[in-house]
Amino acid sequence: MPKDHGIGASSKRREDVRFLTGKGVYTDDLALHGQTYAVFVRSTVAHGRIKAINTANAAAMPGVLAVFTGEDFKDVGGNPAGWLINSRDGTPMREPKRPVLAHGKVRHVGDAYAAVVAETYNQAKDAAQQLADDTDIEELPAIIDMKAAAADASNRVHDEIPDNLCFDWGWIEDNRATVEEVFRTAPHVTTLELVNNRLVPNAMEPRASIGEYFPGTGDYKLTTTSQNPHLTRLLVAAFVMGIPENKLTVVAPDVGGGFGSKIYHYGEEALVLAAAKKLARPVRWTAERSESFLSDAHGRDHVTKIELACEKDGTFLAFRTETYANVGAYLSNFSTATPTFLHGTLMAGPYKVPNVYVNVKTVFTNTAPVDAYRGAGRPEATFSLERVIDKMCRELGLDAFEVRRKNFLTPDQFPYTTPVGLVYDTGNYQATLEKAIEMADVAGFGARVAASKARGKLRGLGLSTWIEACGIAPSHLVGVLGSRVGLYDAATVRVNATGNISVMVGAHSHGQGHETVFAQIVAEKLGIPESSVEIVHGDTSKIPFGMGSYGSRSLAVCGTAMTKAVDKIVAKGKKIAAHMLEASEGDITFEDGKFSVAGTDKAKTFGEIAFSAYVPHNYPLETLEPGLEETAFYDPANFTYPAGAYLCEVEVDEGTGKVDVVAFHCADDFGNVMNPMIVEGQVHGGVGQGIGQALCESTTYDETGQLLTGSYMDYAMPRADDVPFYNVDYSCQTPCTHNPLGVKGCGEAGAIGSPPAVVNAVIDALHRGGHTHVTHIDMPVSPNRVWQAING
Amino acid sequence: MHNFDFVKPASLDEAVKALSAEGAQALSGGQTLMPTMKQRLAAPDVLVSLTGIAALKGVSGRAGASVTVGAATPHAVVAAEARAFYPALAALAGGIGDPAVRNRGTIGGSLANNDPAACYPAAVLASGATITTSRRDIAADDYFQGLFSTALEEGEIITGVTFPIPQKAAYVKFNQPASRFALTGVFVAKYADGVRVAVTGASNNGVFRWSDAEAALSADFSAGALAGLTVDDSEMIADLHGSAAYRANLVKVLTGRAVAAA
Repeated sequence: MPKDHGIGASSKRREDVRFLTGKGVYTDDLALHGQTYAVFVRSTVAHGRIKAINTANAAAMPGVLAVFTGEDFKDVGGNPAGWLINSRDGTPMREPKRPVLAHGKVRHVGDAYAAVVAETYNQAKDAAQQLADDTDIEELPAIIDMKAAAADASNRVHDEIPDNLCFDWGWIEDNRATVEEVFRTAPHVTTLELVNNRLVPNAMEPRASIGEYFPGTGDYKLTTTSQNPHLTRLLVAAFVMGIPENKLTVVAPDVGGGFGSKIYHYGEEALVLAAAKKLARPVRWTAERSESFLSDAHGRDHVTKIELACEKDGTFLAFRTETYANVGAYLSNFSTATPTFLHGTLMAGPYKVPNVYVNVKTVFTNTAPVDAYRGAGRPEATFSLERVIDKMCRELGLDAFEVRRKNFLTPDQFPYTTPVGLVYDTGNYQATLEKAIEMADVAGFGARVAASKARGKLRGLGLSTWIEACGIAPSHLVGVLGSRVGLYDAATVRVNATGNISVMVGAHSHGQGHETVFAQIVAEKLGIPESSVEIVHGDTSKIPFGMGSYGSRSLAVCGTAMTKAVDKIVAKGKKIAAHMLEASEGDITFEDGKFSVAGTDKAKTFGEIAFSAYVPHNYPLETLEPGLEETAFYDPANFTYPAGAYLCEVEVDEGTGKVDVVAFHCADDFGNVMNPMIVEGQVHGGVGQGIGQALCESTTYDETGQLLTGSYMDYAMPRADDVPFYNVDYSCQTPCTHNPLGVKGCGEAGAIGSPPAVVNAVIDALHRGGHTHVTHIDMPVSPNRVWQAING
Repeated sequence: MHNFDFVKPASLDEAVKALSAEGAQALSGGQTLMPTMKQRLAAPDVLVSLTGIAALKGVSGRAGASVTVGAATPHAVVAAEARAFYPALAALAGGIGDPAVRNRGTIGGSLANNDPAACYPAAVLASGATITTSRRDIAADDYFQGLFSTALEEGEIITGVTFPIPQKAAYVKFNQPASRFALTGVFVAKYADGVRVAVTGASNNGVFRWSDAEAALSADFSAGALAGLTVDDSEMIADLHGSAAYRANLVKVLTGRAVAAA
């Protein structure tokens, strides 16, 4: 019988009660006495020189309290890049300043160069329009195409960067010559040029920020849509505004989705703080949806040439990649890590390939900044690998399953050091593949092809066997690789006098369900009801210094910190129990919520121990502090390596080019599973986003830098009827070897593994329909593109 | 959104009078006008709601002869109440947008706006329907005059649309992937005196009749009758979601499917 409580139970998400009944409290829900409204003035051209901004008319309009331009922030710090990457020649990346408000030049449509604060929203909107009318911007040629940008020294996004290159990175540079030699002599080489399409994050809740300033104490407060309030505090206080960290509280209340886009600090947060201080009144801003499209950090956007060298029997010899990665107009906080250490290090996949070389040229363009988006670099790696393997199988007439079986690392090879610098701790890739084959009834596929044909449709089957590195990240390792932050996390477990528990965590839930799962773990460890545990997150004045939620890290990193804090609670409880039970500490055992003297019936409940810690009448005060509260920081020893096998079945309508995903099977290895229902939900959401990338979502700038897909009229989000009922399995479990819960992380898996499965299935369907000239279709595989491919 | 005044007259005469005011704008379901105003792309001084006029609402008809839909009737009501008279029309109405759109948007609003990707114009043109206004009756063939352009004059209000009921009909729409408007939609209607085929979503000139298909289908009402026809793509819309050639292909493919479904 499945558990109904604690670790492994599908406990219902307690936070959903408030989310589903409209009782969540998001940033925009807060109403503050004396609040004012900020509206940003954003560039309507992709590239331009600001000649003059006349603020006088706007400032004189009804209700206007303050007007800000880039001039007001020219002396404060820039929003920094969190990761230093060196080019192949050893030179450091180019880091242009990212100002609070654009100064001198505007560099993408949506780049904010001024802001107006007024008594009402409409007054601020009116004044912002006036300010835009009173601004003289000399339009410059837009730099949009990455390869053209890198080849043109005359036209520059940043005047000081002649070739628009941030860096030209090789991984691992020492492998380059060997890999070239392998390609020179390989019996077979498959080459594929592909685009990993740019995505707009489209969190349900747009970004929003409220700045407050308290003149009596000089304290600031920023309420904002953040996945990591301490990181945001560090960035806005220490790097940008020069506010002492202990004078700024950052609160991220309920946050409605992020997918990476709310990791980063944005200039709007600094602006509302500066304005709040100037006015000594709360200043609020909530993005309109069109602002989100233009100014949230986008995802992906790689143009890649991948090559696979192999034996005629499909044995992999080497992978070589040349990628142009778009960072947009400015470096967002983790934009330089995403195409490099979250992408290049995954280019060995789950395979025993001896030689891998990755070259990434990262390019500035007049487009919105690009940064990590669900999966972040790993979807790009997986898509390149799984597509080129699929193409190779067709070229050589090999079976896609057999090729995987032949090349998989085997369970006896762990720990395994890849040629791109990771050490996989554990895994069983073939087990997930065989599971997926069973789930998908691959044996019955031929009959389903015939049934589809009878309905006038082509049917295809697509495979993707993926791996990722998450649980980000071991600080010592990422430090060597250029990270400017540590990536530990922290938790404080506070046992209250009456035995219930508050757990303050550095992770931040913006939809994941931490309040439920973390409580399950604490309840299991302490033998108490889940309802006795409350999870507190999102407020720097309450929680220990943690690094937040992204990179499928919350459970593997913060969950481990929490587990270690619970262990400390139990250890202290044993000391208290030993005193109360007049036994030696070594004889105390803790099980099912009871401290017992081994071999006797003498015991104290967890509640009795807690009470004694706060009412220490019978307590070893001479050797032990009262109270029962413990904090642990945890820095992981390694990444975690979830992996899996996905099988997708599609039907293609040759007349219209429409692709329908008719079945999707996921066999994942997430290590130990804490709450199966939530894991399934994460996989559903991730695969939904992956199908969205594969079939629907296109972020298209025209040659002048206008975003053609700037609203839901043209940006196609996947809807319920675009996705099938998912078939999800997580029974192939190789627990992580280096964290106590044995967990690996599941948040990004679906978005990483699914796009190549979908595209491989489409190509398979077209080949089965006789359209064998079609070797690749770029994402999104839209009806128009499929039809063009068939008829092109 | 800018501030505006709002009036909701109870009679057509009052509405006509209100609309004669400077800066007045008719509001039916608001499915296009409201987003436009929210983006500050339109700023009427007065909105004159047409949804409080009882005479403009409802579906009535005579089986096998005609059905009349009041201009302010929401799509959801047409989907439910026109089914007995004209199933293809009801199905079209039931496929517009999502439930929220179908319970606000109206046939009169759709026709007055004449979005080149709207569904209703295809039904109206393929059915040879009559558009009745506050001033006159307008034949469908005279009404649609290009993108967002109609025979309506300043201050003229659509009051209803009368559809002659065909022997057979069907509407097949291929959705634009993002907006789910018609990337291309084809309405085929077979009457005793011939077949009419109207296409929406595809042309730079808005809804149009595909006369070659009408001739072929009038002689032989089967999908096979279209086999030898080609669709000129020189006037087709080309955008992110479909090239001109792709839309021309959809016109032919969807016409065949509409004939098969009729």
